[in-house]
Amino acid sequence: MMLLGISAAHPAWNNPYPSQEAGANVMYSSFKERPKHLDPARAYSADEYSFIAQIYEPPLQYHFLRRPYELIPLTARGMPSIRYLDRNQVELANGAATAAIAFSVYEVTINSGIQYQPHPALARDSDGLYRYHQLTEEQVSGVYKLSDLTYSGTRELTAYDYVYQIKRIADPAGHSPIASLMARYIVGFDQFSEVIKTARREAGKAFIDLREYPLSGVSAVDRYTYRVLIKGKYPQFLFWLAMPFFAPMPWEAEKFYAQPGLSEKNITLDWYPVGTGPFYLAENNPNLRMVLVRNPNFHGETYPSDGAAEDKAAGLLQDAGGALPFIDRAVFSLEKEAIPRWNKFLQGYFDDSGISSDSFDQAVRFNAQGDATVTEQMQSKGINLSTAVDLSIYYMGFNMLDDVIGGNGDRARKLRRAIAIAVDFEEFISIFANGRGIPAQGPIPPGIFGARTGRDAINPYVYDWVDGRPKRKSIGSALRLMREAGFVGGVDTNSGIPLSLHFEAVARGPDDQARLNWMRKQFDKLGIQLIVRSTDYNRFRDKMLKGTGQIFFWGWNADYPDPENFLFLLYGPDAKAIHNGENASNYQNPDFDSLFEKMKNMDNSPRRQALIDRMIDIVRRDSPWIWGFHPKSFSLHHGWLRNVKPNLMANNTLKYNRINAEQRRISRQSWNRPVWWPLVAAVALLSISMIPAVVSFRRRQRRAAL
Amino acid sequence: MRLVLLWTDIFVFVLLAVAIAFSVYASRKEHLRAPWGEIGKSSVAMSALVVLAFYLTVGILDSIHYHPKLDSGDQNSARYSTEIVSVFDWMLDSLRNKGEKTYSAPFATHLYSKELVVSGEARQQYVFSRLEHGGAHLQEQADKKLDILKTSTWAAAKAFASWILFTLVIVKFRCYRMRASWREGLRQVVCAGTRVRWRAVLLTLLVVMVIAWVSFDLSQKYHVLGTDKVGVSVLYQALKSIRTGLVIGTLTTLVMLPFAVLLGIMAGYFGGWIDDIIQYLYTTLSSIPAVLLIAAAILILQVYLDNHAAELSSAAERADLRLLFLCLILGVTSWTSLCRYLRGESLKLREVDYIQAAMALGTTHFLIILRHILPNVMHIVLITVILDFSGLVLAEAVLSYVQIGVDPTTHSWGNMINSARLEMAREPIVWWSLSAALVFMFTLVLAANLFSDAVRDAFDPRLRSGS
Amino acid sequence: MTAYIVRRFFYAIPILIGVNLLTFILFFVISSPDDVARSQLGDRRVSTEAIESWKADHGYDKPLLYNPSAGGWGKFGDTIFFQKSLRLFVFDFGQSDSGRDIGYDIRQRMWPSLAIAVPTLLLGVLLNITFALVIAFFRATYIDFWSVVLCVVLLSISSLFYIIGGQFLLSKLLHLVPISGYDTGINAIKFLLLPVIIGVIAGVGSGTRWYRTIFLEETEKDYVRTARAKGLQESRVLFVHVLRNALIPILTGLVVILPQLFLGSLITESFFAIPGLGSYTIEGIQSQDFAIVRAMVFLGSLMYIGGLLLTDISYTLVDPRVSLK
Repeated sequence: MMLLGISAAHPAWNNPYPSQEAGANVMYSSFKERPKHLDPARAYSADEYSFIAQIYEPPLQYHFLRRPYELIPLTARGMPSIRYLDRNQVELANGAATAAIAFSVYEVTINSGIQYQPHPALARDSDGLYRYHQLTEEQVSGVYKLSDLTYSGTRELTAYDYVYQIKRIADPAGHSPIASLMARYIVGFDQFSEVIKTARREAGKAFIDLREYPLSGVSAVDRYTYRVLIKGKYPQFLFWLAMPFFAPMPWEAEKFYAQPGLSEKNITLDWYPVGTGPFYLAENNPNLRMVLVRNPNFHGETYPSDGAAEDKAAGLLQDAGGALPFIDRAVFSLEKEAIPRWNKFLQGYFDDSGISSDSFDQAVRFNAQGDATVTEQMQSKGINLSTAVDLSIYYMGFNMLDDVIGGNGDRARKLRRAIAIAVDFEEFISIFANGRGIPAQGPIPPGIFGARTGRDAINPYVYDWVDGRPKRKSIGSALRLMREAGFVGGVDTNSGIPLSLHFEAVARGPDDQARLNWMRKQFDKLGIQLIVRSTDYNRFRDKMLKGTGQIFFWGWNADYPDPENFLFLLYGPDAKAIHNGENASNYQNPDFDSLFEKMKNMDNSPRRQALIDRMIDIVRRDSPWIWGFHPKSFSLHHGWLRNVKPNLMANNTLKYNRINAEQRRISRQSWNRPVWWPLVAAVALLSISMIPAVVSFRRRQRRAAL
Repeated sequence: MRLVLLWTDIFVFVLLAVAIAFSVYASRKEHLRAPWGEIGKSSVAMSALVVLAFYLTVGILDSIHYHPKLDSGDQNSARYSTEIVSVFDWMLDSLRNKGEKTYSAPFATHLYSKELVVSGEARQQYVFSRLEHGGAHLQEQADKKLDILKTSTWAAAKAFASWILFTLVIVKFRCYRMRASWREGLRQVVCAGTRVRWRAVLLTLLVVMVIAWVSFDLSQKYHVLGTDKVGVSVLYQALKSIRTGLVIGTLTTLVMLPFAVLLGIMAGYFGGWIDDIIQYLYTTLSSIPAVLLIAAAILILQVYLDNHAAELSSAAERADLRLLFLCLILGVTSWTSLCRYLRGESLKLREVDYIQAAMALGTTHFLIILRHILPNVMHIVLITVILDFSGLVLAEAVLSYVQIGVDPTTHSWGNMINSARLEMAREPIVWWSLSAALVFMFTLVLAANLFSDAVRDAFDPRLRSGS
Repeated sequence: MTAYIVRRFFYAIPILIGVNLLTFILFFVISSPDDVARSQLGDRRVSTEAIESWKADHGYDKPLLYNPSAGGWGKFGDTIFFQKSLRLFVFDFGQSDSGRDIGYDIRQRMWPSLAIAVPTLLLGVLLNITFALVIAFFRATYIDFWSVVLCVVLLSISSLFYIIGGQFLLSKLLHLVPISGYDTGINAIKFLLLPVIIGVIAGVGSGTRWYRTIFLEETEKDYVRTARAKGLQESRVLFVHVLRNALIPILTGLVVILPQLFLGSLITESFFAIPGLGSYTIEGIQSQDFAIVRAMVFLGSLMYIGGLLLTDISYTLVDPRVSLK
């Protein structure tokens, strides 16, 4: 009876959300892994950014629609002004030679009148004193989550908050992942770190106010302007200014969270952000769900009114000029397993979803031209597909320090090139990524300055240009290279020993076995026996750090859309085993390195393109990597979710999304009508089958009693 | 070819030798022969035994490893491949080498999903491509059913003929031993009038032979159970998994049994400080999550492997060592529960009158344990071992789920089921990997269970005298 | 009896120390302090100084077990092991290496785990004992035989399959319950139905079989024959006499897992997205968060020891012949 009672109240039984939310302007999404840090000085991964980018606002952001990616102001009044100084800090004229530039000054002016989200750390009492900065033990004991503190307050965003955050990056106690990188560029960064380190040692557990310690390279000019002094020329610094690392932080927040007793309740800056963005974090349970709610103090922003050419046709400009954000709330539920996540999306309980390799055939089909569209089944549900080439690369690296496969010798180079031909990444993409990727011709993914298109793009050592498209060279030419390198049929002609190579793999899931088998098959084509040394990630990283591996598979995701961010993966002084950098294959080529040093600080120009072309030529010839592929990201979203355009650089796109809640409510209801009869039938069948058992029970009972 | 003995091979053969030695010994001792004779009387047990024997044969054939010889120009110096294959691989050579590109359904002639094909003058098409091997001999699609029917009928006929031959040999042998006439011998077998249920044995054998023969013949032309994501025959994987399953089930039990039985009984029987020490041991061990123990063991092994990369040049050897380690560590983690049960049981038995009496009479503890306690807890041991056997085979799938199972390159039902987890979400669904693993595993576990039931009945002293 | 319990209580201390030491050794076999630091700092652009400073801040810069440079007790005291383990014994779990308070997380996550484990256990035991008694009643008939076969069928199926199949059938096809998720209070019921049902069904095979063995064992004993000879009804013999006497092995199996119930189940909780403790340990191992692993293992062993103690006590309660000394 009780069950029936519930059934009347809930039209859809399998709705995982409270039924009163049915028509609300809420977006539902999922996350796979719980975020580790929500502190903007520490967070550095996509799953963390999907939350904090909605909350914290750095001075710059990427334009939502325009391509190639373009930086625009967010809280800044305009783009930062850049001045170059010589060694004596005297300003240089525009167009000065790079060599003459000893310092660059970035000056950012932010808008006035921007308010923080309501937060207890900013609450003041009638005397203007901070209400919760001297919490008593008694007060703390009654608090279990941040919202248990009744009062909240706000204040205006100032340039001092930005300066404060840069100091937080430099604070060694914060363990910011970019601290060592910034120390290379920001003047006075190192010294500041040292000072704070000593200060912290002396202070013990007491709160240290970073405002009292100067950081020579970073200073606020006035309430709304701050200045960063950079060593040399570093044009990529602008990109960093669009990342949450450089979002503002009110000192009050640190003071508030530093009070004793709060961290035992997980009330820390790492879990309860304080931002100026369009949303604030209202519910924080990383094991279950995270809820973002519209920030009542949001300074206001409007939907962009121009975009890329095809955006108007795609309906992405319908909301032009509309006040952001469009949605009131966003509920992110933790969903670790792919199958439930996918099914809940199909039932309408998630508004968007990625596509796992296994549900791909159900969701996407290719038309005769090879373009991806959704299947009829998806179409009938009004599901849309959006695709974009990721700014990342998966590659197979050779350890250049290895005796057999590495080094600058002709023999090893030919061997590497033969393998590069044999490992058929077209097949890899079609089997393991359902065609979601494009074979890489070099380290730079398309869509980034420096990447070529068409015939100029192909890697002439692996591909031929046939009939207007790149065609992988035949296995025969690979075997020829092998012969030239002195391996006939995979056997070393000098020693007579069959060649076997080691593949350093990290085996994670069930798919890996298939992938490793496939990899073995590729090397088989050349007669090389591939020995897979599969291990855990720690051991793998160790091998990479020590440079003891032979062949490995790795990837890189762009921090910012600049060729420097990919080419530095092959820069000699960044070699992993030697200098603990990101150059995992330990490739060292003096020509390449000197070209890299010239190229990295240049502004995009034909001259820069020429340098990049030369660099790419060199690495293609040496082939320290098999270039692998650039993955394409495919994502699906329901018809009621609008203004979706994949933007691989911007993470703060939640504010652009719009929900048609009524359409969603109707669809959900029609897709999820409970089906009762099989259950009733099963019970009936079970009862009938009990009859012979009961009869036989009676009979036996009588017999036994005799 | 050059023979190779992998570590688990050694264990398999030692185990086999012990089993044979024991059966020879048991057949000479009346008190041991009698219960086994009881088992022979159960049709179910004998059928199960045939199935087990089939699995065992596969497992043993798959345990004889060697380096195949390479075809090299000169005859004088033989060169061997670094690859290690087993006799079973050699028998299934046709299955092993006929890979497709990706998924194909059982008996399919085309791939399971469409792929981009460039046909002719740079025109791209999305089509189901033809398989390279599956049904490649067919000219017309329509011929497929008839061809399958023909092939399987022919195979079944061959199997039946061989079976008849085998049956006649058995009957003749019995007649010779019993000094009975042909007719009498045949009648006894057919009407189940023999002491050992030959009828059940032979009928099960017929089923096994027909299935094996038919699938073998069909597998020469088709992928009988389809192919997996990288186009490897699922039938081949399922068959190769038999050895892994058997090794995990038996080796692990072998490792844990002596500890569990000895320590469990000692703890319960002696009590006092012996009890305390043993309890300390197993409480400590079982308090640590098995996941951590296994992960640590696997990692220790990995470090070892990395340091000795030169000696273990082939992937098979590395995978084998990992399998061995997994068995050992699973043994270490799984003996505690049996030990606890046995302790509880002995604690109870200690207070029973006849044991109290034996103690009063001054019988040595050793004899009391051997004569009185051990037989009384044997059924618990047996049932736990059999449940553990199937549990271990199943647990392997869960271990693969948390990435600490057998080597990803080792064929195992666990690995198959774990991959199938993702295949279940595909649409259209890829069901054959999961079904194949389940059916193969299920048959083994079922046979083991049914056989163990019979063994339990035969060895339980009270049951024997009673009904 | 009281003396026994007190003695057991003191035995718990060396066990806990042993467990702690072993966990410590095993964990640092898997990952060195450097690995711990790296997994917390992320993979990109991590410098050696950053690792050193993280280790210093989190107390991982000391020697693992033995500190030869320190004097006196410091040789053992000034080590990672000693510094990190001592506080466990007063239930101060401290902060995880990623900075969350462990005690808080455990308190928060144990309730969802209990909400699944308790009903699953109760329903499961009830169902299994009923089935086993019925099968024992029909022993040596075709019902017995086919029931055993059915049990084996059920237990030969991987638990992963039960979960995937159950979600597919009840949630995806029939739309009766949510596929996954969790909520607090009365709303939790709709989320719990499916995992509980699946948990029970997945356990029926092995459970019923195990209980059947125990019951059959009992039915062959003399007192049962006497009871039968007295002309008692078979059902009464079975459901009263046999059941009561079979309680010892049943309790041995059950009581020991009781305290561990709140530790949850890994696979069920990940598939149903239930925020329980089941995945906490494995998350700790996978993210190399030693603080979590240590705390969970400590708690787990404490619960295990509690379970054993409960078992011993229950022996005496059920069967007065057993004496605890």
